[in-house]
Amino acid sequence: MKATAWMGTDSVKVIDVPDPKIMNARDAIVRISTTAICGSDLHLYHGYIPAMRKGDILGHEFMGEVVEVGPEVRNLKLGDRVVVPFPIACGHCSSCQRGLYSVCENSNPNAGIAEKIMGHSPAGIFGYSHLLGGYAGGQAEYARVPFADIGPVKVPDEVTDDQAVMLADVFPTGYMGAEMCDIKPGQVIAVWGAGPVGLFAAASARLLGAERVIVIDRFGYRLRLVEEHVGAETINYEEADVLDTLNEMTAGRGPDACIDAVGLESHHGNPAMYAYDRAKQATRIETERPFALRQAILACRSGGVVSVVGAYGGFIDKFPMGAFMNRSLIMRTGQCHVQRYTRPLLERIQRGEIDPSFIVSHRMPLRDAPKGYKIFQKKQDDCTKVLLKV
Amino acid sequence: MSRVETVLLPELDGPVPATLPSALGLLSLALGVGALVAPGPVARMTGVDDSPAARAVLPAVGARELANAAGLLSGRRPAGWAWARVAGDAADLTLLGRALADRHGARRRRVALTTLAIAGINAVVVLAAVRIGRARRARARVIRMEIAVTVNRSPAEAYRFWRDVENLPRFMAHLESVRADDLRRSHWIARGPAGHRVEWDAEIIDDQPNKSITWRSLPGTRVPNAGRVRFAPAPGDRGTEVRVELRYAPPAGALGRAVAKLFGEEPEQQVRDDLRRFKQVLETGEVVRSEGSPSGISVRQQAMQRPAQPLPASRR
Repeated sequence: MKATAWMGTDSVKVIDVPDPKIMNARDAIVRISTTAICGSDLHLYHGYIPAMRKGDILGHEFMGEVVEVGPEVRNLKLGDRVVVPFPIACGHCSSCQRGLYSVCENSNPNAGIAEKIMGHSPAGIFGYSHLLGGYAGGQAEYARVPFADIGPVKVPDEVTDDQAVMLADVFPTGYMGAEMCDIKPGQVIAVWGAGPVGLFAAASARLLGAERVIVIDRFGYRLRLVEEHVGAETINYEEADVLDTLNEMTAGRGPDACIDAVGLESHHGNPAMYAYDRAKQATRIETERPFALRQAILACRSGGVVSVVGAYGGFIDKFPMGAFMNRSLIMRTGQCHVQRYTRPLLERIQRGEIDPSFIVSHRMPLRDAPKGYKIFQKKQDDCTKVLLKV
Repeated sequence: MSRVETVLLPELDGPVPATLPSALGLLSLALGVGALVAPGPVARMTGVDDSPAARAVLPAVGARELANAAGLLSGRRPAGWAWARVAGDAADLTLLGRALADRHGARRRRVALTTLAIAGINAVVVLAAVRIGRARRARARVIRMEIAVTVNRSPAEAYRFWRDVENLPRFMAHLESVRADDLRRSHWIARGPAGHRVEWDAEIIDDQPNKSITWRSLPGTRVPNAGRVRFAPAPGDRGTEVRVELRYAPPAGALGRAVAKLFGEEPEQQVRDDLRRFKQVLETGEVVRSEGSPSGISVRQQAMQRPAQPLPASRR
């Protein structure tokens, strides 16, 4: 089959690999119809996630048709159209049973390495480094889906591929970012980043009853999406001072909750500040550039929530612990527990409360995946979300 | 001392290393006391009563023997004290050699007999020192570990799975098979590098249903080992805390090196991985596999990952 493989920093190729086969009794094989490039795939592309190997198949957002099931998979049958959550979760460990699917205790066969870096191992993730399991990803013609009796969700005919594939990661991730804010009536929510996750975090904050939602980014075309499709306010951080503007908008209180939907490769309006962390990251003195997170902490009202759904992989410097501690802030975070959200969010799509395909800017065939990575990386052609059609 | 420590591994805890230093110590004590308390009779007996120097040297020899006795009887560093005794005897033999050259007649015969006796004793002490050292090194090679995992199953389920010893190879990666001969005894085969196989018989020596199982290899095995697993309810209704204590003594030489390879450079990590697999099998039904780690959790595989893409047909 054809598959998108990581070949080194800033290099992906569509290569020929063997077709996947059932390896565990609870596996299914899915023939992929639509798969997406995620912002976190760019972290892999840029070489910021450790333990990648040349030839690793990328992709953790995908959907398609079930073409083979293992003997223990009884909930799916051949021909079912399913969307697959990005975290691989067994459903039976105590983390899964508490709904914490992205920290499944059984799905990372390389838990030993993950423990050395993170203390304990999170779940395995499709196509997301050997640290997180060494699973082949879904930017391919077929994928093996472990624990297919737990993760995949059948998609009704009236829901399109472009809508359903958002349930694999970005919509639930944005939604969880908003849910962790514990939004109460009258509250103001600020979101750093108007990429797919930030857009869904803002849209979800509205769905969950926020009074005002403010999104911070520097790309005009993305901020226009926020205004047109989410009904939120915007701040372009290259044109305005973010902290001043947020204080002014909230009469000095600060947002009740701040969502970091940026993660480890954030950008800073001040070239000197950007250069400082960029240089440390390049020399591996720190692994992340946490501008958005630092700013979210400083902006948040005292006693408020900082909700982190942007991806981090290692260590950050200059964490404003003084502000965080002295102002009674709460941080909530996690890779999304997608399995918890797929069905309720699918129902919201079916009820017409949201059409998540509004974020899609590009659709192209799988063979053009390298081009898709390039334009997404360079934010060319007003790129927000690239779907690959198989 | 944990219970498993008291589970006897006969090859390691046998009577020889424990009593040999004491026997040597008592011999030194007797000789030392004799030389100090009765230097005159001792000098006559050994045939050096004609030398004024001997009367000065004998108490010194006695004092040395007493120090040696104290060291040997203390039980600490027995091999070192045994070798010290060998050195002392060697010095005595040198002195006796010089005495032999100077003497004639009955005295010469007495000195010669003494020399023979000391040389004989020394030969025994050399053998003993070698044995003590070997036992000490074997004991130093014993690998002990205690590793735990929490499994989201009841203690009864976890116990039942482990108690059927034929299940063990499903999560203990180095095992090829375990055959239960009866309720207590079983035959284990471990897989080693380059076709090396290590086999042994084991017996369950304590069995507390739903609580713990203690086993050990039978005497005569080349890799003595013992273990205990305990199953206790995890607080907060989170299943079972499974705690494993293991003790094994890899032999020296080629077999020892094979056994060491079997367990890798990080034996603890391997047992930790075994317990992870135990958890996976109990909670999910089998060992979880990925394209990068197609045989599931293993230290070796973590270090040498294949690319995360489907396996070629030849490797399935």
